[in-house]
Amino acid sequence: MSPEFATALAVFLPLFGAVGIALLDRHPNPRETVTLVTATALFLVVCSVAPAVYRGDEPAVHFLELVPHLSLALRVEPLGLLFALIASGLWIVTSVYSIGYMRGNNESHQTRFYVCFAVALSATMGVAFAANMLTLFIFYEVLTLSTYPLVAHKGTDEAKRGGRVYLGLLLSTSIGFLLLAMIWTWFSAGTLDFVNGGILRDTLDPSLLPLMLALYLFGIGKAALMPFHRWLPAAMVAPTPVSALLHAVAVVKAGVFSVAKVTIYIFGIDFLRDAEATTFMMWIAAFTLIAASLVAMTKDNLKARLAYSTVSQLAYITLGAMLVNTTALIGAGMHIATHAFGKITLFFCAGAIYLATHKTEISDMNGLGRAMPFTYGAMLIGALSIIGLPPLGGVWSKWYLAIGSLEAGQWAMLSVLFISSLLNIAYLLPIPIRGFFGQSSDRGETNAVREAPLPAVIALTFSALGCLVLFFFPGPLYRLMALVFAGQ
Amino acid sequence: MISAQLPALQVVLPLLAGPVCLLLHHPRLSWALATAVSWLAFFISLALLDQVLSSGTIVYALGGWAAPWGIEYRVDEINAFVLLIVSGISAITLAFARNSIEYEIRAERIHILYTGWMLCLTGLLGITITGDVFNVFVFLEIASLSSYLLISLSRDPRSLTAAFRYLVLGTIGATFILIGIALLYVMTGTLNMFDLSQRIAGVSDSRTVKTAFIFLSVGIALKAAVFPLHLWLPNAYAYAPSAVSALFAGTATKVAVYLLFRFFFTVFDPQFSFDVMQLDRLLLPLALVGVFVASVTAIFQTDVKRMLGYSSVAQIGYMVIGMSLVSVLGVTAGILHLFNHALMKAALFVVLGCVVFRIGSARLEDMAGIGRAMPWTAGAFVIGGLSLVGVPLTVGFISKWYLILAALEHGWWWLAALVLISSLLALVYIWRVIEVIYFQPPSDPSREIAEAPATLLIPTWLLIVANVYFGIDTSLTVGVAERAARLLMGDAS
Amino acid sequence: MEIFGLYNYWIVVVLMMIGLYVVVASGNLIKKIVGLNIFQTSVFILYISIGKLRGGTAPILLEEPAAYSNPLPHVLILTAIVVGVATTALGLALAVRIYGAYGTIEEEEIEEQEN
Repeated sequence: MSPEFATALAVFLPLFGAVGIALLDRHPNPRETVTLVTATALFLVVCSVAPAVYRGDEPAVHFLELVPHLSLALRVEPLGLLFALIASGLWIVTSVYSIGYMRGNNESHQTRFYVCFAVALSATMGVAFAANMLTLFIFYEVLTLSTYPLVAHKGTDEAKRGGRVYLGLLLSTSIGFLLLAMIWTWFSAGTLDFVNGGILRDTLDPSLLPLMLALYLFGIGKAALMPFHRWLPAAMVAPTPVSALLHAVAVVKAGVFSVAKVTIYIFGIDFLRDAEATTFMMWIAAFTLIAASLVAMTKDNLKARLAYSTVSQLAYITLGAMLVNTTALIGAGMHIATHAFGKITLFFCAGAIYLATHKTEISDMNGLGRAMPFTYGAMLIGALSIIGLPPLGGVWSKWYLAIGSLEAGQWAMLSVLFISSLLNIAYLLPIPIRGFFGQSSDRGETNAVREAPLPAVIALTFSALGCLVLFFFPGPLYRLMALVFAGQ
Repeated sequence: MISAQLPALQVVLPLLAGPVCLLLHHPRLSWALATAVSWLAFFISLALLDQVLSSGTIVYALGGWAAPWGIEYRVDEINAFVLLIVSGISAITLAFARNSIEYEIRAERIHILYTGWMLCLTGLLGITITGDVFNVFVFLEIASLSSYLLISLSRDPRSLTAAFRYLVLGTIGATFILIGIALLYVMTGTLNMFDLSQRIAGVSDSRTVKTAFIFLSVGIALKAAVFPLHLWLPNAYAYAPSAVSALFAGTATKVAVYLLFRFFFTVFDPQFSFDVMQLDRLLLPLALVGVFVASVTAIFQTDVKRMLGYSSVAQIGYMVIGMSLVSVLGVTAGILHLFNHALMKAALFVVLGCVVFRIGSARLEDMAGIGRAMPWTAGAFVIGGLSLVGVPLTVGFISKWYLILAALEHGWWWLAALVLISSLLALVYIWRVIEVIYFQPPSDPSREIAEAPATLLIPTWLLIVANVYFGIDTSLTVGVAERAARLLMGDAS
Repeated sequence: MEIFGLYNYWIVVVLMMIGLYVVVASGNLIKKIVGLNIFQTSVFILYISIGKLRGGTAPILLEEPAAYSNPLPHVLILTAIVVGVATTALGLALAVRIYGAYGTIEEEEIEEQEN
């Protein structure tokens, strides 16, 4: 299989899977088999592209020309490969988990759920491999639309409200700002291709650069910069597997991935640095980072707390991009990976607790850790990884981000990162601590609690192990990110 | 041999089919004839477009009488393109019409409907193809009179008042056009568009020509439902039979917008229309206000057909915005949107026809929860709606793309931003419907609703597929629109 | 003097205004149609006026050059008159059907029933 074919296949495979799932509407077991097989196959396909990218190749596929000189096309570069690997790999884990969760919870419309999930993954692959901004934008919108039914899944008034906020914010930022920025770019530069070093250097008046940057960064609503972050907490009405894969990994990471991509390939970091255009957006990111952490502390609902934590962690990545130096961007890229593993673990745990006890509020979860040791162990690992303590993967990304802010001479940002880590401890650690050491008000009830269904436990154990592995083997990740800048 | 007579056949065939439909006096036979003629007209328009693209403007002297005495048909890129839209939409909606019309109209009136339909088609094609201004008026009245008839054939009594209101306003509009034509004739002594365009330049300073310009502008704008002259449109679309609404949405206003292009850019040259009369200063703000007011009004409608009617008013605003940018790019955007909007609005009205066929109403509250019972219909609505909003991979996106590029070319940031913001309003009114269709439980769960029959679904999905196809492969639409725009702007390069 | 010399155009303008006023101001559907007719008639007169030459003859088989009225506007207006008649007929037919459906041809009363 040539890397080019594999690239195209990565986008289409989940779609084929979606068709298969839809056809097997009434047969749950074969249907779930299709999901698992598709997920595994997708991961293998993405892996098969990897060697070529590590060699320095960039496999490219050209589909068709949408308007003259503007094509729908794919091209795999290291950052995209990183994102695709994470998303497709974690899809396998999430599929295992969803089977346990959806059945354990007797959810309705399961076929629609799995179909939309597969379509969302296809769109994620498209975002990861897009060769130009238009292609990225198209898949970005497909991702928004295909995840809407997942958010509104339950069909209750609350779910519909959540879905409306979700769709409204994501579509309006993308159409209102991102599309405008994109057409402006096309108008100035005459191209939308992702080129290492950027395409705007000689074509855009540097004084307009901050405005353009703001349009892009706010336009990419999936990066959840304040004040356009409300969709993420709203999306928490979705079933937990959706929150886990899509709203900790695929969708939100598609946002920050796009931010990184725009920074590196549309603006070019040298251009941004020379023009000193990023200060404003850097402060916005810093503000989001701290503010979201503070809000997270006030939330008693576990998923809401995790959602605000995600908003804050996404701001790390945007901040890394806005520091515009190689080290910070390597840190940002690695944070895409390490946060993905950490946060998906935490969401898996939240879902497992809900499955086992139907509890959603942290204050009700005292003492559950003793009844659910696997879940709470995994939760501890996930929390520590996000805080950034060894021996867990989260250390590395924060390390590079910190060094990057020093390189940029931004002491203020270094202190922001430090304060935020303390805040992370303050809002994440109490959850497992309460679980293990807290006293439940109703002992009999707690004793009756058992672990969640096996598939769910397997999935969360696996992703927690991932956090450990990333600590000991960050090499491939680092090399991939370093490759992004090797050409410059 | 026959290829030389195509311009005449384009109009004559439906004209002859009209009375024959009446004489046949049989619902199915009349329908079959109308459909056959409509498809024939479609293939003729295809052949004409092909001829124009390969060998330039076709000039056809009707009845062999050469231009100053006889009526001349003149087919160039722009009207060949509009002919294609009109005949294509008519052909597809007719395929859809059979079942839908049989459900919505009393059996003994069906053949009258197809008679009216053929005459309306004659009028629309005639307006588009002719190169004679008085002929424009005649065809305009043929199209208008038959459309009043078509609207009034619906069972809903409100269609009668809607038709009456349209008749009054339409007649005023047509009479304004008639006055304009008279004044132009006084000054130039010709009715031929081509001759007019040559001679007006010499007399364009006179007050008479300026008055003629104003009368013509107002008259045509009324037919095109340009804000604030749109009052007749929402009710007319809402209460007409579904298939007729689809036909009008895809063709009638489009032809009137074409006339605006024709008069502002060919008969009067753009320099006169926009530099001397400064039409753009009036049109652009009006169009923008229209886009916003109509979109917001659409959000509050309870009848989905009426909602789409207001949406049409807003979308016509986009075409006028493109026109009033007076640049090749802007005019391209306008013409492109003319085609694209015909596709999406016809598709959406046809979808509503499917809904009405099953639940007997186009009111929003009655549509609760039909997404499960009618998955194909609901899916078509979603895609058509997204196209209206301008989501990528649909025609709507391509229109927006060019419109915003044209705005940026002028350096008009605010305009680009306003266009985008207004498309979010479209998102709101479309999403209201989608939410009700999919996520609201049916008001009466005991009622069994079936999916619409294949005879309705196939034409519907043809239109939906066209929405996606022309959103991906834009070589035909953008290519023709760009050539037409260059022609209109007098930019030969 | 010139202003009064073109008195037929003044009549056109006056008729036009009367017609438009009746259409807008009257709530009765039949009166609206009457207004529409007056409005259209004014345009007919306009067309006839622009073709007429005082003292001109009809341009039929003229032996020698002579001043003649331009027949073209007159022919055009024949078409427009036909259109006008058709419009009136259709409008009246609609009014009849509206009366059948609502029992009135007063616009306000119809609107009351519709809401």
